[in-house]
Amino acid sequence: MTTPITPPPMSLLAELTHRCPLACPYCSNPLELERKNQELDTQTWKRVLDQAAEMGVLQVHFSGGEPMARPDLMELITYARQLNLYTNLITSGVMINDKTMKALDVSGLDHIQLSFQDVDVAEADRLSGYKNVQPRKLNAARLIKDAEIPLTLNFVLQKNNIDRMPEMFALARHLGAQRIEMAHTQYYGWALKNRLALLPTPQQLERANAYVAAESDKGGLAIDYVTPDYYADRPKPCMGGWGQRFVNISPSGRVLPCHAAETIPDMTFDTVREHSLHDIWFHSESFNRFRGTDWMPEPCASCDHKKTDWGGCRCQALALTGRAEATDPICSLSSFRHLVDTAINEAHASPQHDFQYRR
Amino acid sequence: MSSVTLSSVPRFTRGYRLQHDTVRQQWIIQAPERALIADPIAATILRYVDNTRSVDVIVDALCQSFDASRETITHDVLALLSELVEKGILRL
Repeated sequence: MTTPITPPPMSLLAELTHRCPLACPYCSNPLELERKNQELDTQTWKRVLDQAAEMGVLQVHFSGGEPMARPDLMELITYARQLNLYTNLITSGVMINDKTMKALDVSGLDHIQLSFQDVDVAEADRLSGYKNVQPRKLNAARLIKDAEIPLTLNFVLQKNNIDRMPEMFALARHLGAQRIEMAHTQYYGWALKNRLALLPTPQQLERANAYVAAESDKGGLAIDYVTPDYYADRPKPCMGGWGQRFVNISPSGRVLPCHAAETIPDMTFDTVREHSLHDIWFHSESFNRFRGTDWMPEPCASCDHKKTDWGGCRCQALALTGRAEATDPICSLSSFRHLVDTAINEAHASPQHDFQYRR
Repeated sequence: MSSVTLSSVPRFTRGYRLQHDTVRQQWIIQAPERALIADPIAATILRYVDNTRSVDVIVDALCQSFDASRETITHDVLALLSELVEKGILRL
């Protein structure tokens, strides 16, 4: 057997801060949020960007929290562009105004992904925990369009908004977006806490698939559809495989194979304060533990799909079975699949639930 | 959408650019949330796309470097540029 050569990462998710004016109950940030005084400073982020470009990272996604809460965001975008990195801003849009838009434009930003909770104004307020959120987002979209920066709209799909998907597509076209990301909620962290209030029914999922198919037929709008794995028979190839393509850096500088990896209790993550990105990616225990296929238990180890789905998601295996090294319980071959089916039935039987907001 | 002619002056749409990936030794087109691999012929053509040169001038330059008929080169250049204009990656 030959040892596979580890490729360098393609993209870096730079979580500049966990601070955010919104409080969405499906936030991808950890339950234990990092505080402002733990955040990396500008110089350290620049050093990390240097290291990323040198390793072969092609795209940097500035995210959060709300990355616009960092006053040095424009400086970091400008710096990344000088390194020939592709710069993407993932934002709620509530801090975009004439002045900040101008600064983003001048920084050379390549692309913006603007998140929406819903097309229903009252429901958008309820989900985000932020009053009058929709007019701010619509204004942000208009300013982005005027600056001619390519725009992707992002909607997180869950049982309260799925039936308005046709209106979401219409909004994307109306706002001049090139792409729309329709992402079913992934149930880790905050979303797992709120699963009863979010998980759609099988009938809703069927409708969602039909809405996407109908919209794709029209053309002119690229649709990135993230399917809900609870209703799949095979797990998703989470992050394209652990430590294969993607690297995430938390606000305090911890380097993670995915944004939920910190939920794995016995794993320690090195920080860019103490180690180079190169060393962490290629040599750290955390990046090598689930890299490739050698770590896999049965039924993965002898499965034909092991290099397609890479055993699925480690964090989901942990969250549902208590063991990060187990086969992702989404898989029909997992002995824990019944846990997923039970969750679906419970959510089904529970029509209305209050949210536990991200705070 | 206007079609590509010899007098068209193509440029990359904002959000797209040609880049040499020095680590993986290949040319790529950077695009919103993905990178597309440009084959060597496409990369050779696209390196001349700069919002200044017309298609005619691009064909001239390629004729100097490649041992192929002007007719063949023109055909290949128009085919590639038309496809990328269609996809919104290039503009005229």
